[in-house]
Amino acid sequence: MANGAANFVDQVRENRIWRSIFRSGTGDSNLRRALFVQQNVFLHLFSVKARRRTIAFSATWYLGALTFGTFLILVITGILLMLYYHPSVPQAYSDMKDLQYVVSSGVFLRNLHRWSAHAMVFLVFAHMFKVFYRGAYRPPREFNWVIGVVLLLVTLLLSYTGYLLPWDQLAYWAVTVGSNIASAVPLMGHKIRFLLLGGTAVNANALLRFYVLHCVILPFAAVLFIAVHFWRIRKDGGIYAGEASSEVTGK
Amino acid sequence: MSDSKDFVAVVDSDAKKTPKRIAFITRRTSPQVRVRDEERVMTYPEVFFRTAAAIEVLAIGLVVTSLLWNAPLEQLADPMHTPNPAKAPWYFLGLQELLHYFPPVVAGVLIPGLVVMALIVIPYFNINIQGEGLWLRNKAKRLRTFAVVVIVFCVFLAIFEVWVALVPTLIVAAFMLLAAQTDPQIATGYRASLARKPLSFWIMTWFLFELVVLTAIGTFFRGPGWSWVLPWRA
Repeated sequence: MANGAANFVDQVRENRIWRSIFRSGTGDSNLRRALFVQQNVFLHLFSVKARRRTIAFSATWYLGALTFGTFLILVITGILLMLYYHPSVPQAYSDMKDLQYVVSSGVFLRNLHRWSAHAMVFLVFAHMFKVFYRGAYRPPREFNWVIGVVLLLVTLLLSYTGYLLPWDQLAYWAVTVGSNIASAVPLMGHKIRFLLLGGTAVNANALLRFYVLHCVILPFAAVLFIAVHFWRIRKDGGIYAGEASSEVTGK
Repeated sequence: MSDSKDFVAVVDSDAKKTPKRIAFITRRTSPQVRVRDEERVMTYPEVFFRTAAAIEVLAIGLVVTSLLWNAPLEQLADPMHTPNPAKAPWYFLGLQELLHYFPPVVAGVLIPGLVVMALIVIPYFNINIQGEGLWLRNKAKRLRTFAVVVIVFCVFLAIFEVWVALVPTLIVAAFMLLAAQTDPQIATGYRASLARKPLSFWIMTWFLFELVVLTAIGTFFRGPGWSWVLPWRA
């Protein structure tokens, strides 16, 4: 039975149409496994091999992977939430109530998005400190560290812009507190705040701007920098595996 | 000819004749060249499936959390009615706590700006890359500098009455002094490892400590008018 299923899978994968899509084909050889990664436009960001030491749990605690996991969950739940959301006042708040009482699993959807967002912020920080204490930021990985700092800021902005969208008291005043800080910037503080809010106070214009930032501009930036971040892992010699053995370094 | 070399450097493309290659590695070099033959695994399936499993465990945890606890939703936003206290999201509450002591241009612009700058430049300082123990060289001179910096900084915090940032600073400074008083050759365990910690370790640990303390205070211990409250009394 199991053999029959395996044969069927093999037949599908040797099929002409399948092979026209996935050129690497089937087989158990490491060459095929390498081609599977190398010949895929998305997967070829990664190297085809990794040092065994780097995949041990203690090396990374998988914090980077988990951060990416929360990002995936946020994209999926975020798109679904967009189907039920209007970025206008006070419709935005009614949509929250609709999620609660009208939409099937609406509360669950919103909960998952909210808690994943908190988890992502926490995991980004945890990932940063883990990388620091391992010394994995050192050359040749220094620029990937900088990209990581950019991704930290993008994550904070994503979370902050999303905070306003429910348009409840919590959202409104948290963003008011935050945007008041922007006006403390010397010389052009008020201009920055005006640009951010589309007005002099948090209002319907601010909601629309935060919505566009949250759903279009910042996710796009995040995907872009995540791609570079992953690609640089390969270009910088793979995930940092710790100090090399003494026989080579001569220490 | 007492100083004659005992090797000859040649350029040769014939791998059968001269199959061994020698790499000359200078002292200050990047870890990239410190490579050795070691066991490797295929990214597909080994790494991808491990990563997928890790993400699945996380997803299960988040789904369970979402089933048990609802995301907060308060009344419709009302610009006429300011809640007390009005709090930013939790990851900004450390900054909001500082905003309580310093003018907005310091707490809201200068400090976060300096933190981001400091994070970006970390890997561009050779002192960080070499990672030598802070107290292993020039100890007397470094102790003097350390004393001046810590005292000036603590006086600054005391003038603004930022006790919540002063206490973690003093705790980290105490551990730094403990490390300075430790000889890594003789000591064992955590004291020996403390003695070998570089400056960057101490600064980052101090930053992490402040971050956690300030965020926790802002989140749990601040009530109306940003006064002290106990979280279980709220």
